[in-house]
Amino acid sequence: MDAWLLEYLPILIFLGIAFAIAFIAVAASWLVARQKPDSEKGSAYECGFDAFGDARSKFDVRFYLVAILFIIFDLEVAFLFPWAVALGKIGLFGFWSMMAFLGVLTVGFIYEWRKGALEWE
Amino acid sequence: MSATASGLANAFGILVVLVGLGAGLTWIERRLLGLWQDRYGPNRVGPAGVLQVVADMVKILFKEDWVPPFADRAAFVLAPAIAMTALLLAFAVVPVAPGIGVTDLDGIGLPFALAMIALSVYSTVLAGWASNNKYSLLGGLRAAAQMLSYEVFLGLSVMGVVMQAGSFDLRAIVAAQRGLWYAAPQCVGFLLFLLAGMAGIHRLPFDLPEAESELVAGYHVEYSGMKFGMFFVGEYIGIVLVAALAVTLFLGGWLGPALPPLLWFLIKLAVLIGLVILMRAALPRPRYDQLMAFGWKAMLPLALLNLTATGAILLAGR
Repeated sequence: MDAWLLEYLPILIFLGIAFAIAFIAVAASWLVARQKPDSEKGSAYECGFDAFGDARSKFDVRFYLVAILFIIFDLEVAFLFPWAVALGKIGLFGFWSMMAFLGVLTVGFIYEWRKGALEWE
Repeated sequence: MSATASGLANAFGILVVLVGLGAGLTWIERRLLGLWQDRYGPNRVGPAGVLQVVADMVKILFKEDWVPPFADRAAFVLAPAIAMTALLLAFAVVPVAPGIGVTDLDGIGLPFALAMIALSVYSTVLAGWASNNKYSLLGGLRAAAQMLSYEVFLGLSVMGVVMQAGSFDLRAIVAAQRGLWYAAPQCVGFLLFLLAGMAGIHRLPFDLPEAESELVAGYHVEYSGMKFGMFFVGEYIGIVLVAALAVTLFLGGWLGPALPPLLWFLIKLAVLIGLVILMRAALPRPRYDQLMAFGWKAMLPLALLNLTATGAILLAGR
């Protein structure tokens, strides 16, 4: 096996043990605990009322907006990480390139702020 | 393959200590909250109430393990497992002390930890959606938007440290803090990291996805027994993780005079965890719109400014 792949082996082991702990916990509880379902337990919790309507309903579009914003800015973070780690090598040229990129992004950010994409009313 | 053997021992040891710490914290937190709110907290079971943890575990084990008939079964069962394992996995790259730590991942530990914290979003979203309950749905949606947003700020806040150390390797970052902890030059980054970390693992006072007073328990309304217990322990593991990452990135990790490295790490960890619990005791919960506005309108510009200033000063100082 390659040396760098060996670095990931402990992660795999870690994942295995972590999932085993989770599985054992749930399985033990499932084996030990007494299961007594009834119709009241089988209804969705809504503060003691019979649930009206279904939870699979419409929700606010703002959550979708946040998701779009997230994609833009998380890409930016993904772009910034290699830049930050190599800043010592790429020097001033690299720094100003990133400033230009951030400038473009800031214009977009100001636009969406003014448009009210960040407001929750 | 002695390296593999020691890696295995390390992985197992760290996991056991972590889950133990996560469970123990449930008691420590309640005692500390009791202290700060001028009451006792759990003090009946065993000396000073230490065995409360065991009592809780036994109780939760014998609770009915219930999957609601209206829920999406597979996602419902998977969500609590993700809640625990994703945050546990991030710990694989935390360098506790020289020789203690699961792996360095060839020097890309920091992005891996951030990626694992990002993965934990799935647990709340899946739980909220699979429960097929209105409270859960609202909690899950809130969790998704909040955790994704603060994920961005979390990534931006550590950028200054990465620039100063010139590396993603958490051990190299700790070693670079031999002269001065990054909490001093990166004080803005440190503050942003703590806030974004707390909001990212939806810890009180940023616990809007579960907000008892309005959403009952948010995304885990329909969970009971051991599955609820895993969300619970997962939350405490999240606290330990954010504190451990903050210690590594900003407070010099295991570095310190006189005492052994492991002890220094644990002391710093304990102080930060205490601070996190104090924040719960001292601060009220913001409204959801306030939280999101604060993130996008204050934390994002501040993080970008901090990053630009750090880069400029670093290049000017060369």
